[in-house]
Amino acid sequence: MSKVDEPVTRPEADAAQTETAAREAELAVPAELAAGSVGEYVRGSLARIRAGDSGILPVVGGLILISILFESLDSKFLTAGNLVNLLVQAAVFSLLAMGEVFVLLLGEIDLSIGYVAGLGAVVMADLAGPNHGWPWWSAIAAALLATAGIGLVQGLIITLVGLPSFVVTLAGLLFWQGVLLKILGSGGTIPINDDVINNIASANLSPLVGWVVMLALVALFGLTLWRRDSKRRRAGLVAPPPTVTLLKIGGALAGGIALVVLCNTNRGIFAPIQGVPWVVFLVVGVLVLWTILLGRTKLGRYFYAIGGNAEAARRAGVNLVKIRTIAFMLTGLTAGVAGIVYASRLRSISTSIDGGTLVLYAVAAAVIGGTSLFGGRGKAIHGVLGGIVIAAIDNGMGLMGFTAASKYMVTALVLLAAVTIDALSRRGRVAL
Amino acid sequence: MKSTVNGAEPLLRLQGVSKNFGPVQALTDVDLEVRSGEVTALIGDNGAGKSVLIKCIAGIHSPEHGQILWEGKPVRIRTPRDAAALGIETVYQDLALCNNLDIVQNMFLGREREQAFLLDEEAMERSAQETLSSLAVTTVRSIRQPVASLSGGQRQSVAIAKAVLWNTKLVIMDEPTAALGVAQTRMVLELTRRLAEQGHAALFVSHNMNDVFEVADRVIVLYLGQVVALRPADELDRQIVVDLMTTGASDRLGKGSMGADVEG
Repeated sequence: MSKVDEPVTRPEADAAQTETAAREAELAVPAELAAGSVGEYVRGSLARIRAGDSGILPVVGGLILISILFESLDSKFLTAGNLVNLLVQAAVFSLLAMGEVFVLLLGEIDLSIGYVAGLGAVVMADLAGPNHGWPWWSAIAAALLATAGIGLVQGLIITLVGLPSFVVTLAGLLFWQGVLLKILGSGGTIPINDDVINNIASANLSPLVGWVVMLALVALFGLTLWRRDSKRRRAGLVAPPPTVTLLKIGGALAGGIALVVLCNTNRGIFAPIQGVPWVVFLVVGVLVLWTILLGRTKLGRYFYAIGGNAEAARRAGVNLVKIRTIAFMLTGLTAGVAGIVYASRLRSISTSIDGGTLVLYAVAAAVIGGTSLFGGRGKAIHGVLGGIVIAAIDNGMGLMGFTAASKYMVTALVLLAAVTIDALSRRGRVAL
Repeated sequence: MKSTVNGAEPLLRLQGVSKNFGPVQALTDVDLEVRSGEVTALIGDNGAGKSVLIKCIAGIHSPEHGQILWEGKPVRIRTPRDAAALGIETVYQDLALCNNLDIVQNMFLGREREQAFLLDEEAMERSAQETLSSLAVTTVRSIRQPVASLSGGQRQSVAIAKAVLWNTKLVIMDEPTAALGVAQTRMVLELTRRLAEQGHAALFVSHNMNDVFEVADRVIVLYLGQVVALRPADELDRQIVVDLMTTGASDRLGKGSMGADVEG
């Protein structure tokens, strides 16, 4: 199949071994490689899934399963109102999980981001409040700077002193919880009165603007993808067939339309409420940003390289200390965004924030979404999808009147299933 | 590239290089030379100092005494980056590839090409393809497959191709065939020959006699941190090399004999 193959005649001695290798390789090759037609593309994808690289398939399948289950048990689950509510609920989990993906990629973990998010919210709420009266944008900027700074400090302790991230961020969990309690006082609350900040989680785009923004985003995605794939096809590089590219763009468009139609349905009970919540586009925005960073930049490539084989990355000249520290900083930064959304939803930040559960949900969401706990494999989309799964369990069981106790137990089982898939797929990989 | 072949000045020359780790003398007064367009085998028993020696050339250790001459000029190689800047690349025994990255990503790791802050995948893929074709690495199915899916020989080939991608003059290979089966060893040995034919210098570290005699133009034998022979491969045979490796001398060659082409 490969272009490298053609111009040279194979030495006889290699022939037998080549065939075995080719057969082995078949299982692990990205679908694009083997694809001259859509049929071959699909066959390639299936071979890959069998080889253990199932990507986002389990989590999407799981989501569909959960939806069917809850809908059959309680027909309120699949209503527009509940689904939009679910997306807003999922936002905090998804954002925290996207943050966690950076460190999980390196084979590290950050247990502090629940309270780091809370602290970011405190910084924002305090600065935007009557004490300081900062405008919303500078309060948000300061909050993000603070959480990124915390990530940086923790990252430096981990990389420079050489301590395990588990312990350092566990200390972070305790420490920042203490700082939070100290600032807020016992049972303290800082209310948020700034409209823009409160609107992040509670306001909706008007139906028309929702359409425009969605179509613009899909058009941008489609154009970039089409241009890249056709350029690669022309240059004779590895690329999917045009039909597959079109199908991907069509899929994005269909997803976008479904989302906007869903959100534009009137879900109000007393007064009409419709439109895509701001926070949905915020999550999509962070998702796009982090996907580009992970997939298309040097920095992202180094995260994967270090997670795959840190020693190889070091020998290739990658500055491990710098890249690892940046990962912890990005995790802190993303946690800051999650904290802002959290506070915006409650229109306040108080000592009742449970950063311990939040961070465990974040790790669980990332892993449920398909990010490996062993490093080297993961994407921003995993965090988003995993966050939605966790919110769906919470939401669906809530509708059915289950208590927190049962929700925890079910979430734990889902997490266990996800980690099992992760571990099994690692074992299933060829030649590893 | 061919200009230096058989020229008066070897590509790399070590003069009186010594290295110790505390009280342990790892290398003693090592003189050797490596020429372009040739495969030079470095052979010695376990603990003879092969790894230390190549690490001194690759910039991982710095020797206490002695001089390294590169194309006739004295140089100091303090870091792997210094070595890379001169055109020295090392293929390590444990490969140093990332299993989760594909062939192109591995070959360009640490030296990615960028366009407007984004990775220029097209340019990298094209260069990788050219390099692999020029080395006739033909058995990989696609250069976009993850390294995890390759056989041991294919991985070794990728590691070697990675090393020559950078206008490299000297490729150091540390036991490249140690973990390979017969067919895969063949593949790597042929690749090593091809490197030399293309005008690169190859320093092939091994303790496998078969591989050495199959691939090497010149053989350096190391015994307890000292060079006990540096000769064209056709002046040696297995028995002599085994004697040299195990006792530091061979009756059939004369005690501590050095090749005529290395002076003081």
